[in-house]
Amino acid sequence: MTDALLKVDNLVRHFDVSPPWLNRVIERKPKSVVKAVDGVAFEIGRGETFSLVGESGCGKSTVARLVVGLYNPTAGTLEFDGMDISSGTARSRNRGAQRRMQMIFQDPYASLNPRWRVIDIVAEPIRFNKLVDGDAAIKARVGELLEQVGLSAADGEKYPHEFSGGQRQRVSIARALAGSPEFLVCDEPTSALDVSVQAQILNLMKKLQRELGLTYLFISHDLAVVYHVSTKVGVMYLGRLVEWGETEVIFNAPRHPYTRMLLDAIPDLEMSGRSRTPVAGEVPSPIDPPSGCAFHPRCPLATDRCKAEAPKPVSVGAAMVACHAVEEDRLPEWHG
Amino acid sequence: MAEPLLTVRNLRVEFPTRKGSLVAVDDISLDIAPGEVLGVVGESGAGKSMTGAAIIGLIEPPGRVASGEILLDGRRIDNLSYDEMRKIRGKEIGAIFQDPLTSLNPLYRVSKQLVETIMTHMDLTERQARARALELLKEVGIPAAEERLDHYPHQFSGGMRQRVVIALALCAEPRLIIADEPTTALDVSIQAQIITLLKRLCSEHQTAIMLVTHDMGVIAETADRVAVMYAGRIAEIGPVQDVIKRARHPYTEGLMGAIPTIGGRDELLTQIDGSMPRLTAIPDGCAFHPRCPKAHFKCHTVRPDLIGNAQHSASCWLMESGAAGGASDTAGSEGGR
Repeated sequence: MTDALLKVDNLVRHFDVSPPWLNRVIERKPKSVVKAVDGVAFEIGRGETFSLVGESGCGKSTVARLVVGLYNPTAGTLEFDGMDISSGTARSRNRGAQRRMQMIFQDPYASLNPRWRVIDIVAEPIRFNKLVDGDAAIKARVGELLEQVGLSAADGEKYPHEFSGGQRQRVSIARALAGSPEFLVCDEPTSALDVSVQAQILNLMKKLQRELGLTYLFISHDLAVVYHVSTKVGVMYLGRLVEWGETEVIFNAPRHPYTRMLLDAIPDLEMSGRSRTPVAGEVPSPIDPPSGCAFHPRCPLATDRCKAEAPKPVSVGAAMVACHAVEEDRLPEWHG
Repeated sequence: MAEPLLTVRNLRVEFPTRKGSLVAVDDISLDIAPGEVLGVVGESGAGKSMTGAAIIGLIEPPGRVASGEILLDGRRIDNLSYDEMRKIRGKEIGAIFQDPLTSLNPLYRVSKQLVETIMTHMDLTERQARARALELLKEVGIPAAEERLDHYPHQFSGGMRQRVVIALALCAEPRLIIADEPTTALDVSIQAQIITLLKRLCSEHQTAIMLVTHDMGVIAETADRVAVMYAGRIAEIGPVQDVIKRARHPYTEGLMGAIPTIGGRDELLTQIDGSMPRLTAIPDGCAFHPRCPKAHFKCHTVRPDLIGNAQHSASCWLMESGAAGGASDTAGSEGGR
């Protein structure tokens, strides 16, 4: 793809969770490292929505934070519109890139300062980036933003506690839009919301994407939401992407056993009588991930090779899959 | 339907405040038969958890059951003293709450918590109780139960912890289990495991389950009947198939449309504008009318009661005219009588 807005290559982030030095010396405890993100690569084209999906602890939020620069990568490269943003120094060199991306967080109760009026919350990126001069102009711009997200300009005078969860998330979106970004990283933007409010926010995000030509990196654990919003999907498991590609391809012809497992585990609203296959086991600890393919202890197709050797992503049809079973062509038919 | 195990009649829960009483649950009536799973679904603040709490007698003061009655197997339990209710709670009615971390005591081993509960309700020696605790852990599917029995809650993962909580609820073989969002804190793959477990227990022991959740998917899979709650009242109640496929209340219809599904690729989701009213400002007439696309004059002033037959009814004036939500469906002609 030539028109990639964000390029992520071999992104790695490790966290040191070793016991304190003294304990290591006295109790001879080893150093331990959580490999939260362990070699992730993808590209997001302009105007696309790329979603990362996976269970708790798979590293999807860490990727989001790495992309916006809340963490620095241990290794790997991040490129935004041709500009390097892989490290703190590269980011300060390319301030322009940083200014063009914003983040929306999961919990609208925790991500808005309760002591600030909404107008100040939304105006902060404008003031910081000196996008508009003069209080009256800022106020007008904030009013415009609030109306864009379905609130009224008068709501600017209120404090966050006066709003419901969905309205607060609208404020978060208005704040993210205030810097006129092209790229939004949305970390579970609707998982703290009720379904009817979730629908409002998802519709709003789609509307804004159409009107402003935004590109989204969307993080969620909810496959149905992901299907609804994204053009491309990446499925993560224990710090790695196991399968990624066009949404329709991943959902209609999933290849990786983990993707299939996730799809099987979704409750069936149509009640077609399809029995939901419960999956055995849970996500292992990322401190001590299984050898070889990290999914092998839960995988119905695991062989000795899977236990020993980590699979490399291969391109199958329109998707990329990291699985030995796919490579060796011993994958059963998908029922869907 | 078999003789109901639990009957709730015109239940009303109030919270007195300086500005007058807030009505959290308003005139709710429902039954659950043995071996049946009744789903109670609704958004935050609909009063679904409060209904569950009222049944097990765990409403926090100053909240109180203001009127109505709750009968367990024909016996009134809403007016029992604290001590009498304590005997029923755990023994006759088990409870499973959302967050398994807060419903287990982090300082005690799982074995101690189970044995303590078993011995409170059953006439067993400690050794027998321990044997039963082990049996229960096996029943809820905890691998290597002998070893796990003496672990502390923090040594279990989220899904396993929720299994322990279910084992704890099963201690005295209750006939009714109130499960309040039992799978909300869990990942999808683990959620499927817990739901399968609940369903199996329900059919094997003929336990009645009241499953409180906001997740329609979970309800569709687990429940036999479902009650949709809105602003403290039941908006619609009926067999799960009927309610999902032929929703009669505009709220249920909107709620179903708001759920993204895989396969149905509409550009936008059906959207119910606005949000649930706060308890301090429940509108006159039908509480849903400010958000309802089909509201007419009567909805603004007169509050509808449940209209329909014994199986499937909705509290909506459209039911009266026979033009209820199901009209969009081919099977709609049989609805809205």
